[in-house]
Amino acid sequence: MKKVFARPESLKLTPFHYCPGCGHSIIHRLVSEVIDELGIRERTVGVPPAGCAVLAYNYFDVDMAEAPHGRAAAVATGIKRVRPDLVAFSYQGDGDIAAIGTAETIHAANRGERITAIFVNNAVYGMTGGQMAPTTISGQVTTTTPLGRAPLRDGYPLDLSEMLGIAAGSVYIERTSVSSPKWINKTKKAIRKAFMVQLEDRGFSLVEILSPCPTNWKMTPVQSIRWVEETMMTIFPPKVIKDVA
Amino acid sequence: MSETKEKKKDKKLMRGSHVLGEAAIRAGCRAYFGYPITPQNELPEYMAEQFAQMPDAVFLQAESELASINMVMGASIAGARVMTSSSSPGISLKQEGISYIAGMELPAVIVNMMRGGPGLGNIAPAQGDYFQATKGGGHGDYRLIVLAPAYGQEIADMTRQAFDLADKYRNPVMILGDGMLGQMMEPVVFPDPIDPAQLPAKPWTLTGCKGRPSRIIRSLWLDVNREEELNWRLVRKYEAITAEVVDQEMYLAEDAELIIVAYGTAARIAKGGVQRARAMGIKVGLFRPKTLWPYPSEPLARLADQVDEIIVFEMSTGQMVEDVRLAVEGRCRVSFYGRPGGVVATPEEISRVISSTHHRAHPKKVAGGRASGGSRLTVVG
Amino acid sequence: MKGKIEIDQELCKGCGLCIQVCPKKQIEFSDALNKKGYYPASFKERDRKTTEKLECTGCALCAIQCPDVAIEVYREEKEQSTTAKKAAPTDE
Ligand SMILES: Cc1ncc(C[n+]2csc(CCOP(=O)(O)OP(=O)(O)O)c2C)c(N)n1
Ligand code: SF4
Ligand code: SF4
Ligand code: SF4
Repeated sequence: MKKVFARPESLKLTPFHYCPGCGHSIIHRLVSEVIDELGIRERTVGVPPAGCAVLAYNYFDVDMAEAPHGRAAAVATGIKRVRPDLVAFSYQGDGDIAAIGTAETIHAANRGERITAIFVNNAVYGMTGGQMAPTTISGQVTTTTPLGRAPLRDGYPLDLSEMLGIAAGSVYIERTSVSSPKWINKTKKAIRKAFMVQLEDRGFSLVEILSPCPTNWKMTPVQSIRWVEETMMTIFPPKVIKDVA
Repeated sequence: MSETKEKKKDKKLMRGSHVLGEAAIRAGCRAYFGYPITPQNELPEYMAEQFAQMPDAVFLQAESELASINMVMGASIAGARVMTSSSSPGISLKQEGISYIAGMELPAVIVNMMRGGPGLGNIAPAQGDYFQATKGGGHGDYRLIVLAPAYGQEIADMTRQAFDLADKYRNPVMILGDGMLGQMMEPVVFPDPIDPAQLPAKPWTLTGCKGRPSRIIRSLWLDVNREEELNWRLVRKYEAITAEVVDQEMYLAEDAELIIVAYGTAARIAKGGVQRARAMGIKVGLFRPKTLWPYPSEPLARLADQVDEIIVFEMSTGQMVEDVRLAVEGRCRVSFYGRPGGVVATPEEISRVISSTHHRAHPKKVAGGRASGGSRLTVVG
Repeated sequence: MKGKIEIDQELCKGCGLCIQVCPKKQIEFSDALNKKGYYPASFKERDRKTTEKLECTGCALCAIQCPDVAIEVYREEKEQSTTAKKAAPTDE
């Protein structure tokens, strides 16, 4: 029999530190598969965030430069501007990209930076212990919204991807999910397309990925992928938000 | 600098901020990221204009100082000689990135043309950011190399030096000036330009892992032992820097009984004050640190053995004076004179400070002189 | 059997997602803990109760969903033109 599914080359053998059922690890694999398939491993530089994915540099077998919390778009901009021949991607959580790093992200998109952002939306601050994130949905219980997020007090869930779609320099923005094999395949296609936009030197690309955080959602992995589909998707519907053909 | 006829021909009359920009380009700087703030806008404007004609150079006006310092980080990671500049409030915003850059051991040149503070303050020349520049500024245990030019020529020379030191030690270097220094038109002879392609290769940059294992540039060290190891390694680096780069100017110090210590614009004013006081017969000299970190403590300590008193003059309420006291270690009296908030003292004013200090220190020497009663000069302004 | 999978018992964190997505109910939790302290998933060739032979198609859905890249999938080669095209994870 022929091996039809194995670990991609751009993903080191190091076991993930992520919790069981965490979406981060699936997304790591998808990004690595795309890097392999596009043959860009030797000219890719990844920029992981502060967040659960802070150790992403231990997993991707490409050059990796850690960014301060929220600043990945600026760091990637610096890399890409001085070395346009490289492929620069940022890997950021929702707190990283949609709260502390909002300004850097919007302006990178608006400048049409030739970078690719992988935006992992798990509706909480995972690394710091499950506090409210900009993407926490109304009513959702987190450690800092013990009675549920009350929009008039805590603000509404922020749809950063839609905001980025308005920016003239963004070329391709899609929201997907890793809650089922079908969605995972769609996510991979989206990631591939986002990298292609960069390789074709067209502008800013981003894939927002709805991703389970069973630990902070206090759910089993199976419950958490259901919650993504039944609840998160109603607030953050997966779709192509922008595709400048 | 000796002025042969050749060199005279090369002399250019330029304002300080343009001198800095030109010297940076000649040092092989091909990337600049910044955000407008007075009084340093002439520098980014110069970079924008020059880089517009250089296809391999990157000028980017960022959305904030936070973004610009992180772009500097990225450009440095990718191997560029890179610079950013700002003035006090903007430098505060850059502190996050500066701490990371120091911790990740990345070369970068950061220019602070200081203005009056705290807060928004004003746009007049001041020296209130000494602590921020020399004691770390951001979080964690780190140091910047801090160069303090006082003349146009020195801006040109120190800018070259800043890029070289940054690369050599993989450490951020700050050029600490003020609005006055940036505006002043002075004749300058520039060092010859460097071709960035000829600079030594940096074997740690991230340029894609072609033909080598992939690399990581990180600032997270969850293992406390490795973080401690990094901290001590930085200390050893700082010791090497201290041994190599400490620099100062001494002016009329040989026979001095009184020394005034000042840096940057304040030192220029102080020099005028010294000249006036000398004309009055007071044996006063100037000690001007050219590096603020590392601080020229040893030469200053030797001077302290020779003089009765050291006056520290700063355009602040007294920051460098602490380093002077540490260097002097009680060898002589140290007093302070400050004009904070953007007020620029005059040489006459400084000569009055010198003479009153002198009269107090030597009441008998001064025929008919009026000895001032105070044991210590306090902040005036 | 058209396909089979191999689960790395030490990489597996017992999240159960593969069990959830396998259309052929071909995966179960094993009874023994692995070194990390999880009950890893294991491939079953026969149904425990009915002892009926199960049919893994090599569709790779389990591997696609597995967060820890613990699953490798094998498939009979002649099947490639039909099944592989539909499910190969590397497909567009
Ligand atoms: C300046 C700064 N503020 C706060 C933190 C602490 N911090 C680390 S990660 C994080 C948020 C992580 O949430 P998210 O970006 O959603 O990523 P996740 O962990 O959920 O993947 C915070 C607040 C920090 N590292 N730096
Ligand atoms: S806390 Fe959540 S996001 Fe972080 S590793 Fe665990 S499951 Fe993943
Ligand atoms: S390859 Fe398909 S059928 Fe076989 S175990 Fe995996 S999910 Fe089940
Ligand atoms: S999906 Fe992967 S990690 Fe989860 S139980 Fe199955 S093999 Fe183990």
